[in-house]
Amino acid sequence: MTSSPKTQAPLSALHRPNSYIGRVVPRPNLDRLMQGRGLYVSDLELPRMAHAVFVRSPHARANIAAIEASTAKQMPGVIAIVTGEELVSVITPWVGVLSHLKGLKSAPQRAIAIGRVCWQGEAVAAVVATSRAAAEDAADIVSVEYEELEAVTDMRTALDLGTPVIHPSLGDNLAFERTLDVGEVDAAFADADEIAEAEFVFGRHTGVTLEPRAVVADWNAAEARLTIYQGTQAPHMVQNIAALHLGLEESQVRVVCKDVGGSFGIKVHIYADEMATYALSKLLRRPIKFVADRIESFNTDIHARDHRCRGRISVRRDGTITAFEIDDLTGIGPYSMYPRTSAIEANQVVNLVGGPYGTKNYRARARVVFQNKNVMCQYRAVGHPIACSVTEGLVDLAASKIGMDPVEIRRRNLIADDAYPCASASGLRFELLSHHAALNKLMAMMNYDALRAEQAALRKKNIHRGIGIASFIEVTNPSAAFYGVGGAKISSQDGVAVRLDAQGSVVCQTSITEQGQGSESLTAQIVGSVLGVSMSRVRVISGDTDQTPYGGGTWASRGAGIGGEAALQATKILRRNILDVAAAILQSSPTELDIADNAVVNADGGAPRIELRELARIVYFRPDTLPPGIQPELMATRHFVPREYPFAFTNGVQACWLEVDTDTGFVKLLKHWVVEDCGTLINPQLVDEQIRGGVVQGLGAALFEKCIHDERGQLTNANMADYLVPMSGEMPDIDVGHVVSPTAESELGAKGAGEAGTAGAAAAVANAVNDALRPFGTVITEIPLTPQLILTSLKRI
Amino acid sequence: MTAPLPIFLRVNGERVEAQVLPRLNLADFLREQLKLTGTHVGCEHGVCGACTVRVDGEIVRSCLTLAVQTHGACVETIEGLSDSGEIADLQNAFRQRNALQCGFCTPGMLMAAQDLLKHEKEPDRARIREHLSGNYCRCTGYQAIIDAVEVTARVRRESKS
Repeated sequence: MTSSPKTQAPLSALHRPNSYIGRVVPRPNLDRLMQGRGLYVSDLELPRMAHAVFVRSPHARANIAAIEASTAKQMPGVIAIVTGEELVSVITPWVGVLSHLKGLKSAPQRAIAIGRVCWQGEAVAAVVATSRAAAEDAADIVSVEYEELEAVTDMRTALDLGTPVIHPSLGDNLAFERTLDVGEVDAAFADADEIAEAEFVFGRHTGVTLEPRAVVADWNAAEARLTIYQGTQAPHMVQNIAALHLGLEESQVRVVCKDVGGSFGIKVHIYADEMATYALSKLLRRPIKFVADRIESFNTDIHARDHRCRGRISVRRDGTITAFEIDDLTGIGPYSMYPRTSAIEANQVVNLVGGPYGTKNYRARARVVFQNKNVMCQYRAVGHPIACSVTEGLVDLAASKIGMDPVEIRRRNLIADDAYPCASASGLRFELLSHHAALNKLMAMMNYDALRAEQAALRKKNIHRGIGIASFIEVTNPSAAFYGVGGAKISSQDGVAVRLDAQGSVVCQTSITEQGQGSESLTAQIVGSVLGVSMSRVRVISGDTDQTPYGGGTWASRGAGIGGEAALQATKILRRNILDVAAAILQSSPTELDIADNAVVNADGGAPRIELRELARIVYFRPDTLPPGIQPELMATRHFVPREYPFAFTNGVQACWLEVDTDTGFVKLLKHWVVEDCGTLINPQLVDEQIRGGVVQGLGAALFEKCIHDERGQLTNANMADYLVPMSGEMPDIDVGHVVSPTAESELGAKGAGEAGTAGAAAAVANAVNDALRPFGTVITEIPLTPQLILTSLKRI
Repeated sequence: MTAPLPIFLRVNGERVEAQVLPRLNLADFLREQLKLTGTHVGCEHGVCGACTVRVDGEIVRSCLTLAVQTHGACVETIEGLSDSGEIADLQNAFRQRNALQCGFCTPGMLMAAQDLLKHEKEPDRARIREHLSGNYCRCTGYQAIIDAVEVTARVRRESKS
């Protein structure tokens, strides 16, 4: 580990004796999950709770002629069957646009469709019954008469004149377009020694959280209050949206989020069926539970990455990359998702292409079109895998054109480590990155030269192995620039409250949420370190809008960098307050005292003075014994949001070593390496596991995962047997290394790490496959790299 | 609709008598009737492995097993394996190695891993990876899980030698 103390040493807030910062410590509360004693929303039962099941459209685009539910309503256990019209008076429609994405348009979307359906899987009625089985039985005999219409499925023809317009009121199927032209792109291409270009094609895929989306909505008519139990990454966002569309004040909505069975961005949005569940609870005045089944998950959880991106690169013979140019096209389904919108991914692609490099000439166009497929929106590493695959694919093509090693061309173009602060051609501001240090570390970890020698030796035996390199940048710690400036009520600040309880332990309430990343752990590590108490005496509460400070939650790699800093600052205040009381009790001065090992000690020498347990006893039960005028405040709250930089960019580089079987087209992953720089490492193990998990999601996209639609917009592989995700048997071991460049925006110095793995994994795999296939003179710029695709490229089939 | 049938079985050592519809699967029976919610339902078609439990000593997909099939059987769930201490060492290895994130796959993963460790004393990493390939994890990337199982196998071997 290369982490080094910050300059305030020896006694900065973080680097105190027995600090947990930078240490591998087990996450609290794992036993609950390992013993099957967690509480996921799918486990939850409430008195009088009924179950909702949705009747969903089998067509991608159709008019609803009639819904006949009278027979179904007579089925045992059925409480109600509710159509879109019946919810009109309960919940209002929404439009997924934000003002900072200029020109973005979308149509009003309803909780349950009225009159027409726009994708296969859109809900047309809800069946509410005493059990899910009873609801499913009744849903089977709800009869819906449709007039099927021609579906818009191919993004390439979505803007053609002959293509139906999905929302006539919008005029066309173009949701959003962004162009960018920086520097002298035409001159760069005109002066180039070589130009390479390709069309990069990405498979539409989805997050496949192992626990499907789940919600229990409980409208208490007597309290006029709605409690929403939901597996969400952003409880306060859900509170705001639910209140807005149900005509309630936020104070009338409580969102509770206990254990969440995987999220990855899938559970950061507001889905129509969740809105319908809130509304059904209000309409029927009882708790309603909706848990998506796996087919519904595939048909309604947001998809992502459905992009076709043409890219061009110009290069000089000395390896200097002189320009990038891209033209990105993406199909987002029939609606821009709410409230984060579906233009963000394409916008990110424009922002991020060429990001690791110093190239100043850059032209980009991105078009976002509507289509009659399930909605697309932000999934882990939004836009990064597209931008990274295009950039790194082009860099490899350029290297090949000029006969330069892929590592060497990167060395010659990556932004120098001493060039910061600086900005990318697209205007991204970089505080401090470490591309060259990361690349050097990667070379050492993977023993690059030895691998090249091995590759050459094996080629003689007709064994085709490849090395793929992918440098990347990653957006983390987003400020209000991401959503707030566009008018979304999505908080970019987070808050933490810490208090000493009556036995000298610490209760910590944080607005960041836990979905397994380790939010509770990193919070407890920071609080324990700054205060001077054992982690085991810090209890972290999250995921409850009635209990925690207001904040954004956990998404876009913000939990550690933003929520962690709020925890640090709150704990500093609590520490000062405790020392003030201790000084009064001990007739000492706060500056002469410190806290260590759960006790107030002498700052000089560390001799114990009073246990925190004893101090708390006096404060809470014998305040009469305190000196006059002392009013202890053993609770402190602080909030934090980055203000200097809109985002804390991180960087890293990945490498993949794999073997292609040119007879079967199968790819065997042999080894994967990642070096990344997320600033201060709070818990290196948790960071490494975020990276590994992220890499494997990227490997899934690279090799397996694709939502396959037919020409009528039917999703043909909406089950786990046909939609392939990575299994343990086919995944490689992944070595992770770090460079540490803390951000100066916070005292903690942490940036995010959640997207890094996913950002670059597919690019590394694709470059490695093409490296392996180099003797065959073929280049593939499409993922997933299925055996069929590879054999076709090799002209074997 | 077919009438409920009586079944008698042992679940985690306790005698259970219940009336179940013939179509009720074991996962729903455990979760909804016995409130043993540690058995998770991820795909409901036998692919993801989150619902893995033990029936008469063999691991099965409880979403593909009907409750009536367990009449007279001995069913063990993650709650039972945890309380008996049978997998305490494996759970500790998972904790130390952070071999779980969201934890939704973990009960099934522990079931499958314990099944391997019961039958094989020296599984190598490839063998562990193969055996756990029927249990999907979307969070960890698997490596930490493989590490934890490998460590547990070694510790168990060493403690017996």
